[in-house]
Amino acid sequence: MPDHLLEVRGLSVDFHTVRGTVHAVRDVSWHLDRGECLAILGESGSGKSVSASAIMNLIDCPPGQIVSGEILFDGKNLLKMNAEARRQLNGKRIAMIFQDPLSHLNPVYTIGFQIEEIMTAHDVPKDKARARCLELLQRVGIPDFENKIDAYPHQFSGGQRQRIMIAMALALKPDILIADEPTTALDVTVQAQILALLEELQQETGMGLLLITHDLGVVAEVADRVVVMNSGQIVETGSAAQVYRAPKHPYTKKLIGAIPGTGEMAAPLGTGIKPMMEINGLTKHFGGFVALEDASLTVLPGETVAIVGESGSGKSTLAKTLLRLEDATSGEALYHGRDLVKMTASELFELRREIQMVFQDPTQSLNPRMSVYDIVSEAFAIHPEILPKAKWKNRVCELLEQVGLEAGHMHRYPHQFSGGQRQRIAIARALALEPKLVVCDEAVSALDVSVQAQVIDLLNKLQQDMGLSYLFIAHDLPLVRDFAHRVVVMQSGRIVEQGPVAQIFDNPRMDYTRNLMAASLDPDPDVQAERRRARHQLQEEAV
Amino acid sequence: MALSEQTFVADAPPAWVSILRMLWRDKFAFCAAVFLLVVILCALFGPTLLEDIATKQNLRGRNAAPFDFSLHWTMWLGGDALGRPLFARIIVAARNTMFIATGAVICSMAIGTTLGLIAGYSSRMASQIIMRLADVIMSFPSLLLAVIVLYMLAPSVGNLIVVLAITRIPVYLRTSRAEVLEVRERMFVQAAQVMGASTNRIVFRHILPVVFPTLVTIATLDFAFVMLAESSLSFLGIGIQPPEITWGLMVSQGRPYLTTAWWLSFWPGLAIILTTLSLNLLSNWMRTALDPVQRWRLETPRQKNA
Amino acid sequence: MKSFLGKRAIASAISLIGLIILVFFLSRLTGDPTNLYLPVDASQESRDRFREIHGLNDPLIVQFFHYMSDLVQFDFGMSIRRAEPALDAVLRAFVWTLQLAIITMTLVTGSAIVLGSLAAYHVGGFFDRIATFCSLIGASAPDFWIAIVAIVVFSVHLGWVPTSGTGTVLHWILPIGVLFIRPFGLIVQVVRGSMITALSSAYVKTARAKGVRNRPIIFVHALRNAMLPVITVIGDQAASLLNGAVVVETIFGFPGVGKLMIDSILQRDFAVVMAAIFVTAVAIFVMNILIDILYAVLDPRIRY
Repeated sequence: MPDHLLEVRGLSVDFHTVRGTVHAVRDVSWHLDRGECLAILGESGSGKSVSASAIMNLIDCPPGQIVSGEILFDGKNLLKMNAEARRQLNGKRIAMIFQDPLSHLNPVYTIGFQIEEIMTAHDVPKDKARARCLELLQRVGIPDFENKIDAYPHQFSGGQRQRIMIAMALALKPDILIADEPTTALDVTVQAQILALLEELQQETGMGLLLITHDLGVVAEVADRVVVMNSGQIVETGSAAQVYRAPKHPYTKKLIGAIPGTGEMAAPLGTGIKPMMEINGLTKHFGGFVALEDASLTVLPGETVAIVGESGSGKSTLAKTLLRLEDATSGEALYHGRDLVKMTASELFELRREIQMVFQDPTQSLNPRMSVYDIVSEAFAIHPEILPKAKWKNRVCELLEQVGLEAGHMHRYPHQFSGGQRQRIAIARALALEPKLVVCDEAVSALDVSVQAQVIDLLNKLQQDMGLSYLFIAHDLPLVRDFAHRVVVMQSGRIVEQGPVAQIFDNPRMDYTRNLMAASLDPDPDVQAERRRARHQLQEEAV
Repeated sequence: MALSEQTFVADAPPAWVSILRMLWRDKFAFCAAVFLLVVILCALFGPTLLEDIATKQNLRGRNAAPFDFSLHWTMWLGGDALGRPLFARIIVAARNTMFIATGAVICSMAIGTTLGLIAGYSSRMASQIIMRLADVIMSFPSLLLAVIVLYMLAPSVGNLIVVLAITRIPVYLRTSRAEVLEVRERMFVQAAQVMGASTNRIVFRHILPVVFPTLVTIATLDFAFVMLAESSLSFLGIGIQPPEITWGLMVSQGRPYLTTAWWLSFWPGLAIILTTLSLNLLSNWMRTALDPVQRWRLETPRQKNA
Repeated sequence: MKSFLGKRAIASAISLIGLIILVFFLSRLTGDPTNLYLPVDASQESRDRFREIHGLNDPLIVQFFHYMSDLVQFDFGMSIRRAEPALDAVLRAFVWTLQLAIITMTLVTGSAIVLGSLAAYHVGGFFDRIATFCSLIGASAPDFWIAIVAIVVFSVHLGWVPTSGTGTVLHWILPIGVLFIRPFGLIVQVVRGSMITALSSAYVKTARAKGVRNRPIIFVHALRNAMLPVITVIGDQAASLLNGAVVVETIFGFPGVGKLMIDSILQRDFAVVMAAIFVTAVAIFVMNILIDILYAVLDPRIRY
């Protein structure tokens, strides 16, 4: 009888690339038993998914190479089996679900076909597969499943797609389910539902659950044990509570320290200050679709106003309308008393200096063919009145140093920087115009937690030094809690609630806000257990 | 997906060094580039050096068989029906062949790209008119166009360029329009708009540099296509007229002697096939090396947990 | 879908009318047909009669309106050379070309998809390199040259197949073989490139994690996704065959529409030229609409 259902021993994997060999993981060992949930926690590039890929035989060799180690499943070494034997295990005994179910489902086949396929590939007759498929769709909670079985992946919402992936993975009642960042791309309320579903199904079937994640909140919600990885190595293992309460390794300490949502909440700015921006009844329709309806809010000088909401809540539309990337259908946005919705092109050109934007993904918001110098100094090329050309270089140096980059790097191209550094470049570009208001559209969502914290610190410092106002669009509530003065909650294009940060977080008035708070995950397993109770209560009240 | 936090401090070498390095890595593409360089040199200097030899008739050398190394080196590939050395003629013909193809490709690329940028970045109406125009050109048999223009005017090198250029405009037009439609939605274009950049600036500073490598790749492929088209026209007798020569015309001139002297058609045909093959190989290489997306991958180590 | 097809048909009709106007006026610029058809020493009287019969005396614009009003009734006029309705001659030739195009494209599509897919699956391997290199040579080959080399080798030296005509199955082998090479080379490369992208996609990873066998992964999961760009290229290649494989038809004496068109152009037989352009253009527009429908069939996300 083997010790564990699944055991990885001393696994090392290399990737051979143009720039030399990368040791993706080194000497990784962990194990998983029936009915247990193990989380592998790590930031991007930590190698947290590599061992799972090795288990599923998904590593391409070359460029990948399994240097050493063994993977024991039911006592047998997977790495010594032939391809056909491993194919027979995949999907039947060990199943896997992925982040971003839209790209992981084949867009041109019906979901019914794709769920049945996992069964027919393992020699289940077609009619039985169909029956089981219907049963599964019902179990994971797809409404109108008899008809939806013949629908295509793009016809479902993100959460439903992940449910379909789960149905697919569980079709043959596997002994182990590997979930690779299963909720990362989802809204918080949907994330909570998916995690709850996974837990229920685990209890039903008694399978072992391996959860790969970067989110300590997810770990706190579902994991029994946790393995923390950093640059290809395991730095810490233990029970979820143990690791959170008493981290031993410096990396784990740093990681837990960087988690937002624990600091002091900012006090509201004093009353009687004249607002710099007053938005009244701003509305944007796309054809018949209402993207933004009757939004009204104000921004004071030096204030951070956070706009939170789930995807489709209209928060990005609000930003785009303010920057005139979209034209508003109706309403007004007064900037120091002048309505920018109705401005002519030349008036708007002047205003561009005052209001700037930092985009979500710095990889895409920086032109890959321009050097950092070109990117930052483009502001001066567009607005030549700011600075004579002779002084551009000095100013670019200053700006780069201000955002914490080395001035000597200004002739490099964006791809030579890390994600956090790229976002700093984007911030430097915005600052070049000496704006008064910066709109940050999910500006830190694409970054790792520790990098997130650094960028937020930078934004805070710039606000203090230069008196900037921020319109901070985010879906991450703990982040907003630490950073914002005031919070605006949006749902389906409308503002449902707004107020000082302490009021929204401590005494939310609207149900929607309360649901949002209850669904957001806390890294503290004890707090999380408390929240879960509160969530159940809310559900029961709703019933 | 969170972004990789690795930093690459190494400064990139100058562009041409890294391009040469990438070329050397792909041996096929390297050979192709060398061959094309030789063809270009022939086109530039061949006529000046070999014009006299290539046009001198020599009755003793009529349809002389190839590989007779006792003859002058220009006769090693054989002689044509008038005893003119084939090797010298192929080198001299390289000029017209390459000049027509280059001219046609540059003209069609310049016009097509301009129209494509306009179609992609201006009003719906202009875009619709331009696209319908492209449809008409696409469905217009290029051969007919050639005959009309070449009958109306003389079948000269210049007119051949015009004909071939017109027929290839839609290729660049469609590609650049499609690319513009995609690139203009990218976030760095929005970032430039937010800064107040003018339309000109966005098109020439942000969109064109991103689209350009794709166009160059297509142009390389198209160069081969235009060469083949020119050869076909000359072969049918409605392209270049003697005494001017191109490779296609040489193939056509050798056709009556197919059964007795195969080399008359074979060598110029081989010259065509080798040149187009080289262009294809080079275009293939460009697609990976110069494409911003692919190159990005070459310069960035693979994501560890990808 | 229906409204999309309607819009497409209207856009096609506009393009077609533009094409006809363009061709009509351009072709009249190439010269006066009387000079070509009558002997140099023909009397002025016979010249005038010729002009009178063929309506060449009217101003060009009147000729054009006559032409258009006939065209609406699908009357393209008589062929000057052949003494039969132009449309009859063109349709007869078009049937030959259509057969040639369909047979060639079927063979090309089938073999290129299998070869390209396998090359993509073994990317970087020995098979891939051979397939890539051969397809590149194919794509680079001038068809007239291949045709005459093939005649020398297979007809003259080996005597396996006849050089020209359409009598037997053997007659078809060389034209199809020659026409096959270039589209095959091009399509193999497109299939390969598109399949490499598809095979490295996330849904293929899912399929592997599900334990799906290799063959369905390649030919069920990846191929259908990879087909969209391939279909575009297949359409372009088919269009150039329908436009008349002029060179190949000329060399092999194949009575297709390409040969008819070039002969009529050289003989200034306007009616036939116009009818030939009209028929091939309609065929190409129909094919493009079929391709658009095929897109929607292959990819459920496409809704017109």
